[in-house]
Amino acid sequence: MSDKQKHASAYWKENIKYLAILLVIWFAVSFGCGILFREELDQFRLGGFKLGFWFAQQGSIYVFVILIFVYVRLMNKLDKKYGFDD
Amino acid sequence: MSVQFWTWLLVGLTFALYFGIAIWARAGSTKEFYVAGGGVSPLANGMATAADWMSAASFISMAGIISFSGYDGSVYLMGWTGGYVLLALLLAPYLRKFGKFTVPDFIGDRYYSNTARTVAVICALIVSFTYVAGQMRGVGIVFSQFLQVDINIGVIIGMAVVLTFALLGGMKGITYTQVAQYCVLIFAFMVPAFFISMQMTGNIIPQIGMGSKVEGGAFLLDKLDTLHTQLGFNEYTSGTKSTWDVFAITLALMTGTAGLPHVIVRFFTVPKVKDARKSAGYALFLIAILYTTAPAIAVFSRTNLIETVSNKEYKEIPEWFKNWENTGLIAWSDKNGDGKIQYVAGNALSGKKPEYTDARGANGERVVANVSDASNELYVDRDIMVLANPEIANLPNWVIGLVAAGGLAAALSTAAGLLLVISTSVSHDLVKKQLKPDISDKDELKVARIAIFVAILIAGYFGINPPGFVAAVVALAFGLAAASFFPAIILGIFDKRMNSQGAISGMVVGIVLMLFYMMKFKLNMFGGGTSADWWFGTSPEGFGTIAMCVNVVISLIVSRLTPAPPQDVQDMVESIRIPSGAGEAHDH
Repeated sequence: MSDKQKHASAYWKENIKYLAILLVIWFAVSFGCGILFREELDQFRLGGFKLGFWFAQQGSIYVFVILIFVYVRLMNKLDKKYGFDD
Repeated sequence: MSVQFWTWLLVGLTFALYFGIAIWARAGSTKEFYVAGGGVSPLANGMATAADWMSAASFISMAGIISFSGYDGSVYLMGWTGGYVLLALLLAPYLRKFGKFTVPDFIGDRYYSNTARTVAVICALIVSFTYVAGQMRGVGIVFSQFLQVDINIGVIIGMAVVLTFALLGGMKGITYTQVAQYCVLIFAFMVPAFFISMQMTGNIIPQIGMGSKVEGGAFLLDKLDTLHTQLGFNEYTSGTKSTWDVFAITLALMTGTAGLPHVIVRFFTVPKVKDARKSAGYALFLIAILYTTAPAIAVFSRTNLIETVSNKEYKEIPEWFKNWENTGLIAWSDKNGDGKIQYVAGNALSGKKPEYTDARGANGERVVANVSDASNELYVDRDIMVLANPEIANLPNWVIGLVAAGGLAAALSTAAGLLLVISTSVSHDLVKKQLKPDISDKDELKVARIAIFVAILIAGYFGINPPGFVAAVVALAFGLAAASFFPAIILGIFDKRMNSQGAISGMVVGIVLMLFYMMKFKLNMFGGGTSADWWFGTSPEGFGTIAMCVNVVISLIVSRLTPAPPQDVQDMVESIRIPSGAGEAHDH
């Protein structure tokens, strides 16, 4: 493998690592908190909301937005580290 | 000044704005026509994507659907936002680096096959046409409900407006018009929400108001749950669908979102790969403003509705009730003869819509022919929840006019995006790439414009004569995208070994399964069936998840049994994984 290919390979590996972490959170907050564990979470309250219901109808959406912007920041840094920012 | 006056004024002003932008953004090259010249800023692109995404359905129907489904409505809230995370992380940056003009371009090049390209074009056309028919219908409905214009004339006016800014400017005209339309629609959606949240909970922010206390000291949601159980409905916060079905529908909608051509193509218009990521972030943020407000509106209007009508005498009912009864969105039948409206669980009608007679009943109500035996006396069309909300809350007339302008902005912006996909599928993916590769830029542009014109006529025709199964067919659009495009693109980017045979087999199987399930359970073909016959208890709306999984499995198996893709394709995959050096979007 040439140096260029090793470089690209390393970049891709870090990229995948970020994706995996972010997608786990994506899954956990929507399918986890909002669907699979909704009833359990409903025993807790957030103000006037049952917690599971809140995740399903509001909370997960807030997390989605944050996830994308976290991803943007992480990738901008990664691109710079590997010299791919132009 | 009357509602009509305000509606004509606000609709007229917004339309003039769209025309102005269209003229400013005239497209002169195919690059401008297809991808707005590739120079749209991430924020503007985010706004345009948000407007493109939020259709008449998001604006008018979604809050109403949630209002009647409670927790179950979460499938739409999560399903139609979660997909943007998938887009941002798994698709947009790589497709932007790929640098072509359309989704079939990517499928055709990545899978080095004109068969794949053609399959993709057919899917794109099916998905886009079904969607756009619904939008034109939505335009007609807003015109007929607010402007007292015949619904078909309304559709034609809508067609003319879209024609102007889409034909002149292509993607450039559409993008900047969509930016304006986003501003109109979000303003129109939020203003009533602020007012009503303030009125009901004392908190002007609807997202917080939804979780606040109302007069009397109880939390709003607890109060609504109690009202529900008293009338025989399930608790609002619990819903009725099975956990698996909620899971399946949400996943189908999320992956379907990330597979819709008219959404994906929005990421070809920014200058660089990192702009594509940022643009997805802006888009979701702007979409989230509406999508976190809608469930609040759903709760407010549901509570309002029940408190205003339940067990009240018809004769004392406020004016708005009778207005909407006159336009056919509410129907009441005094089944127990007490002159009061009993609103409980169960279908008030036999059949989906009220069939009115010309007669008036003992209390002055419109007599309905297709009344059912259930004790529920009241039919309410779900679309009312947003359209009538300002009236129910006694908001000033200009707010009502604003809602009309907002609904039109939502429908027209989505219709434009879809029509562009249809036209580029024809001019670029069929004509330029397959039928007449040596066609000049100028001539390709001409074909694209003719294609938009024809597509608008067809869309308008379906708007005027909607096939009875429009809603079923829109659900099919998501299922198709989830079962065909989403896996094909994801595997194309992340699995270098995925080859033409694998992708095509997967796509075809996914599409066939999806179509079969839809036709069986929504159109009663192949023996039909009820929810008892669903496979693994999955509704047609959730089946896209299963079809998608089948696609992935088949693609993986077939690709390993057949030769690897050629080296230049594998090199291409490596190249799109590197963000730098994304040139301007080009067409070869």
